[in-house]
Amino acid sequence: MQARKKYVLLGLCACCWLVLFYWGGGVQLRLLRLLTRQRGEVVRPWPNWTDRAFLPRYAHLDELQTDPGTAESPRQRRQAWSAIYKDSRCRMETCFDFSRCRRRGREGFRVYIYPSEKNDHVSESYRKILTSIAESRYYTSDPREACLFVLGIDTLDRDQLSGQFVPNVDERIRGYPLWNDGRNHLIFNLYSGTWPNYTEDLGFNIGQAILAKASLNTEHFRPGFDVSIPLFSKDHPQKGGERGWLVRNTIPPRRKYLLMFKGKRYLTGIGSDTRNALHHIHNGKDIVSLTTCRHGKDWEKHKDARCDHDNLEYERFDYQELLHNSTFCLVPRGRRLGSFRFLESLQAACIPVLLSNGWELPFSDVIQWNQAVIEGDERLLLQVPSTVRAVGNERVLALRQRTQMLWEAYFSSVDKIVLTTLEIIKDRVFSHISRNKYMWNSLPGGLLVLPEYSTHLAHFPFYYLGLGISPGQEFTAVIHAVSPLVSQSQPIMKLLQVVSKSKYCSQPGPDNIRLYIARFTVVFLSQTTSRFLPHVAIETEAVLSLDEDTVLLTSEVNFAFLVWRSFPERIVGYPPRSHFWDPLKRAWGYTSKWTNDYSIILTGAAFYHRYYHYLFSHYLPQSLRTLVDRTSNCEDILMNFLVSAVTHLPPIKVAQRKQYKELPSPQGTKSVPWANPEHFNQRQECVNTFANWFGYMPLVHSQFRLDPVLFKDQVSVLRKKYKDLERA
Amino acid sequence: MYPSGKYSSRGPALIPRMKTKHRIYYITLFSVVLLGLIATGMFQFWPHSIESTADWTLDKRSVHDAPLVRLPVSSPIPERGDLSCRMHTCFDVYRCGYNPKNRIKVYIYPLQRFVDDLGVPISSTGLSREYNDLLSAISDSDFYTDDVTRACLFIPSIDVLNQNSLRIRETAQALAMLPRWDKGMNHLLFNMLPGGPPDYNTALDVPRDRALLAGGGFSTWTYRQGYDVSIPVYSPLSADVELPERQPGPRRYFILSSQTAIHREYRAELERLKEENGEALLLLDKCSNLSQGAASARKRCYKGQVYDYPQILQESSFCVVLRGARLGQAALSDVLQAGCVPVILADSYILPFSEVLDWKRASVVIPEEKLSEMYTILKSIPHRQVEEMQRQARWFWEAYFSSMKAIGLTTLQIINDRIYPYAARTYEQWNNPPVVKWSSVNSPLFLPLIPPRAPGFTAVVLTYDRVESLFRVITEISKVPSLAKLLVVWNNQNKSPPEGEKKFKCPECTAIDGLSLDQTHMVERSECINKFASVFGTMPLKVVEHRADPVLYKDDFPEKLKSFPNIGSL
Repeated sequence: MQARKKYVLLGLCACCWLVLFYWGGGVQLRLLRLLTRQRGEVVRPWPNWTDRAFLPRYAHLDELQTDPGTAESPRQRRQAWSAIYKDSRCRMETCFDFSRCRRRGREGFRVYIYPSEKNDHVSESYRKILTSIAESRYYTSDPREACLFVLGIDTLDRDQLSGQFVPNVDERIRGYPLWNDGRNHLIFNLYSGTWPNYTEDLGFNIGQAILAKASLNTEHFRPGFDVSIPLFSKDHPQKGGERGWLVRNTIPPRRKYLLMFKGKRYLTGIGSDTRNALHHIHNGKDIVSLTTCRHGKDWEKHKDARCDHDNLEYERFDYQELLHNSTFCLVPRGRRLGSFRFLESLQAACIPVLLSNGWELPFSDVIQWNQAVIEGDERLLLQVPSTVRAVGNERVLALRQRTQMLWEAYFSSVDKIVLTTLEIIKDRVFSHISRNKYMWNSLPGGLLVLPEYSTHLAHFPFYYLGLGISPGQEFTAVIHAVSPLVSQSQPIMKLLQVVSKSKYCSQPGPDNIRLYIARFTVVFLSQTTSRFLPHVAIETEAVLSLDEDTVLLTSEVNFAFLVWRSFPERIVGYPPRSHFWDPLKRAWGYTSKWTNDYSIILTGAAFYHRYYHYLFSHYLPQSLRTLVDRTSNCEDILMNFLVSAVTHLPPIKVAQRKQYKELPSPQGTKSVPWANPEHFNQRQECVNTFANWFGYMPLVHSQFRLDPVLFKDQVSVLRKKYKDLERA
Repeated sequence: MYPSGKYSSRGPALIPRMKTKHRIYYITLFSVVLLGLIATGMFQFWPHSIESTADWTLDKRSVHDAPLVRLPVSSPIPERGDLSCRMHTCFDVYRCGYNPKNRIKVYIYPLQRFVDDLGVPISSTGLSREYNDLLSAISDSDFYTDDVTRACLFIPSIDVLNQNSLRIRETAQALAMLPRWDKGMNHLLFNMLPGGPPDYNTALDVPRDRALLAGGGFSTWTYRQGYDVSIPVYSPLSADVELPERQPGPRRYFILSSQTAIHREYRAELERLKEENGEALLLLDKCSNLSQGAASARKRCYKGQVYDYPQILQESSFCVVLRGARLGQAALSDVLQAGCVPVILADSYILPFSEVLDWKRASVVIPEEKLSEMYTILKSIPHRQVEEMQRQARWFWEAYFSSMKAIGLTTLQIINDRIYPYAARTYEQWNNPPVVKWSSVNSPLFLPLIPPRAPGFTAVVLTYDRVESLFRVITEISKVPSLAKLLVVWNNQNKSPPEGEKKFKCPECTAIDGLSLDQTHMVERSECINKFASVFGTMPLKVVEHRADPVLYKDDFPEKLKSFPNIGSL
C-alpha cells in the first residue's frame, strides 16, 4: 500500500513537470539566461562567430583607391554640374560666380545695391536692410567691383493679399542687365505665400539667387546656399538694439512659471493643428498656455466651442509678465514656420521651446541651436511638459545665458541680422579664410571675429580660458610720437629706457631695442588713427600703447603687464577717465576729474591685445576714423568704446605712483593739446558721435583699481615686490 | 450495506491516516503543481519577443550556420528613397518616446543568408569583418535592445558597406522582407563605398524606402541634411598599422600627396606645383616594379625611391586628399591617423560627421578649381594653427575614425542627439581633445553680467565659539546698505549658540587669535591643498600679484570725496 501511494505520488509529480514543460516552452532557457545574467556574463545577442577571423574584408585595398578613369576631365564635370544643379538644386559650386569675388578678403567681397526707382514703395523693414548694407564696410556703389547684388525692389512681403506686395517683379528683374539669372544676387524675404496654405512661393522666379528668408523649410532650403533669417518686426531697431533681459543669474534658475504661451489660435487653414492643441498642456499653475480666437475680421464666423472659454482665460494673464517670469516659452509655428515669439523669447531669456517641424532655424549654418533652445516636435506636444520638467538646473542656466549671447551677437538689431547674413555668405566664398563654429558660438560672437586677421583661435583675446592656454610672456610697446627727435633729453628717450628695461618687453636681439616707434612726420600728424594700425612689427599678443611724454616706471610697466595677462580681453592701464549722462543737455558727457569710478583708460599708458588694432582699423567705419584723424583727438576714447562693445566690461585701472600728466610739461615740447579747452569739447562731442554709431553706450563703469598685493600695507618695504609704486 | 456508512467509516478513517502519514506528500504535491502553473503562466505572459531566440547567446556558431532565406523573384522592391525625407516626415518618433535616460534603443536583426530563387547569394562577400565588428560593438553598447517592440532604430544584418559586392535588386528585396521593415521607417543602413562605374553615385544605389543612410561619400545633393549621417570610409590599415602619436610640430615635408588613384589632370597639376616648390612637396604614386598584393598597398614610390605607407604620412604637415572616383576616401582616415592635416579637394563632399565635427579646426578644404593655389593658401596658415590642426586631426581619428566601433557608435550618438536634442552633446564635448577638456575653463556662469546693486548680497558667517569676534563682524557688516540677509553658521556641536540679550556677552570666551599662526594648522592646510589638487588631477588655483582696491584708495585726495574712505584702516 505504501509503495503504491509512493508510485502514485511520483507519477503525479512527473505529470506536473511534463505539463510544465509543455506549456512553458523555453522556460528552462529563460531560467538559464536569468542565471547567466546573474553570473554577470554579458548578453551578446550578436554572436561571437567562431569564424570571425576568416570573414572577408569589406573591400580590397585596391578597391578603396578606385581610379576615376580618364574619360571625363574634372573641368568638364564641373561645367556639366552647373548645367544640372540649378534652381532648386543650387549650391555655391554651381550657382555662384566666384570670379566676381576674386580679390582676397574684404576687398573681394563687395555688395552692390540696385538703385530704387522713383515710384517704388519700400517698406520700413526693407529700408532698414538696405541702410545696413549701405553703411556696412562691404558696400560698393560700383556694380563692376561687386561680388554680391541686392535688389532695390522690396521683396520682403510676397503675400499677394498684403498691401506691401510689389507686383510684376518677374518682368522687372528680367529687364536688369546685371540679373544674369540671379547669379550672385541676394534676395531677402520675410513672408511668402498666402492664405490658406502659405507656401514657399515668392511669386517670381529667383533663378540662381541666394535666398535670405524667414520661416525657411528644410525641404526647400538649399544647404550651404540659402540663409535662414529670423522674422523681425518693422519696429526692430536699425543698430545697437536693446540688451537682453537677463541682468543677473539667479540660482536656482527656475522662474515662477515653467512654460508659457500666449498667442493667436487659427480656426482654419495651415498651422491651426498645433495651436489648436496647445490648450491641452495648460494647467493654470506652472504651465500657462493661452490662445485667443479674437483676431482677424470675421473670427466670430469660424468660432468653435472652446473660443469663449479660451478668450476669457487669455485676458487673465499679461504677456509681458509671463515673458519675464517663465523659464521656458513655447514657440509654436504660426501660419508660417517662424514667428515673432522666437526673437521675443530669445531676448527675454525665456528658453524657446520650438514646435515648428521642418523649420530651418535662423543662421543654422553657423549657430548651434541645441545649446540655446529646446527643439520640440509638433507630434509630441503632450510630452513637452515632462521634457522641460526634466531639464536640469545646470542646463537651464546654460541655455538661458546662451539665449542672451545669441540675441546680442546676431539678432538685437537689423544691422546684426543683415551683417550676419553677409558674413555667412562671405565665409562660404572665402572658405579657407573663414570662422569656425567655435568662433560663431562663443562670446563675443562671429561678427566681432574677423577671419582676415587670423583663423587661429589662440590669436584672439577671447578664447584663452576655453582652450586652456594663457597669453604670451612678452609685449610690444608702441609709442605715439608727434614731436621730432632733437635731443637726448626728450621724455621719449627716458621712456624708451624705462620700457626696454622691462623683462617682458619683446627683445629678440641684445643690441636691438625692439620698439616700434611710430615716427610721425608732419605729413602723418593728421593720421591719429595710425597709432592703432595692425603693424606687422607687432608680433606679440600684448601691446603697450604709450604717448611720447608718458612718465612710467619699469615696475609699473611690469605690474600692468602681469595684470593684463589675467584680463587679456580688456584694456589694462593707468590714466582713467569717465563718461556720464548729462540730463540737462540730454547728451553724454566726458570728464577727467578725479572720481570714484571710471569707464575709460587712456591709451597713453595701457596694455591691450593686438587684435584690437585690427578691429580698430577694419571693423570701425571709415567715418569715425576720419573724424579722429581730422581732429587729431578721441582715438583713445574710440578704442575704449570698441573694447567695451566687444567685452561688455569696463577697462581695468592699475595702481600708479603719480597722477598722469600732472607734471609740468618739459621744456622743448610744444604746448600740450589737452591744455586747450577746445580739445576737451571735442572729446565731449566724440563720446556722443561714437555712442550714436554704436547705437547705444557701450562704456561700462568700474569702481575698482588693481593694486599690487601689499600696496601701501603696513609691512616692511623689503617684502614688497613693487615698492617703487609707493614712492610718492 | 451502507455505502455512505462505509464511506463515512472509511472517510474519517482515511483522513486521520493521511493527516498523520501522507499529508506532507499531498501538500507538497499540490504546492508544486500550483507553483508550477503560476510560474508557467508568468513566463508565458511575461513581455518578451519571439525573434530574440536565446539559443544564439549560448553556443558558439559559425556564420555559415545562419538560416538561409530564399527570395522569391516577385518579392517586392522598396522605393528608391525620398530626397525630401527629414526626421519629422520619414521617421516614426513615437517609437522613441520619452525616456528618462534620453537614449535611443537599437535593435539588430539576427543574421540571415539571403539567396535568390536559384540559390545565388545576394552579396558576393556576405557578412564582412567590418560590418560584423560594427554590429557587435552596437550590441555591446548601451544603445542595444533585444526587444524588438521597444526599439527605436533597427539595423539590418544585411551588409551593404560596399555596393560593389551587392546585387542591387536582390538586396533591396531582402531589405523589404525584414519583418519590421514598414517602408524602411526607422531603419539604418551603413554604406561606405556607394555607387558603381562609370558614374559612381554618391549614395547607395539600393532602393531603400525611408531608411536612414549612414553613408561615406555623400555629396551635397544626395545628403539629406538632418536625416542621413555622413560617415568616414573606414581604412583597414587602421587595424593593421600602428602609428604612435607624434607631437605636433614642423615636419620634413610641407605637402604630401600619397593617393594612387588621382585623375591625370590633377596629377599634372600637382607635378606643376612640385616643380615650383621643390622639396617642400612630396608627390608619391604606385610602385610600378612591385608585384600586386597586400604588400604593394603599403608602399609608395617617387622616382624609384620606395616609401612605406602610411608611415610616410607622419613626415608631412599637410596631406592632400583628392576625390577619386568617389568623394569619400579611405586615405582621409590614414592621414588623420598620422596627425597630418588633410587638405581636402572634393567639391560638394559632405565631410564625415560634419553635423557635429568642426572640420575647419582640423582640415583645410579647398575647391578643386583652386588646386593650383594650394601652396599659397597653406603657406598663409600660421605655424601654431597648423600644430593645433595636427593635434585636432589625430584626435578626430582616435575618437571617431579609428575603428568600426567608433564609427558605429558616433553615428548612433548623432541620431540620438537629434531625437533628444535637449540632451545633445555640446560642441566642446564633440570637438575638444581630452587635453583641452582637462585644461580649459568653461564657467557655468559664462555671460559677462554685472549684476544690479538692488538685490544686495547675503553674508554667510562661519563661527565656532569666538562670539566676541563674531559680534564685531556682525556689527560691521550690518552697516553695509546692500546687505540683504546675514546667515550665521554655528559650527560647534558641543555648545548651543548664544541666545537673546546675552548673545554677544560671553566673558568666558577669550579670543584665541593666532589660530592661523599655529604651525600644525598650516601644515594641515598644506596637506589639504595637496589632497584637493590630486583629486582635481590638476592645480586649479592660479597665482596673481594684484588685488582689488577702490579707485582712489590711499590716493592723495580728500577722504570726504572717496566712496570707500575706510578701506584698509583696520
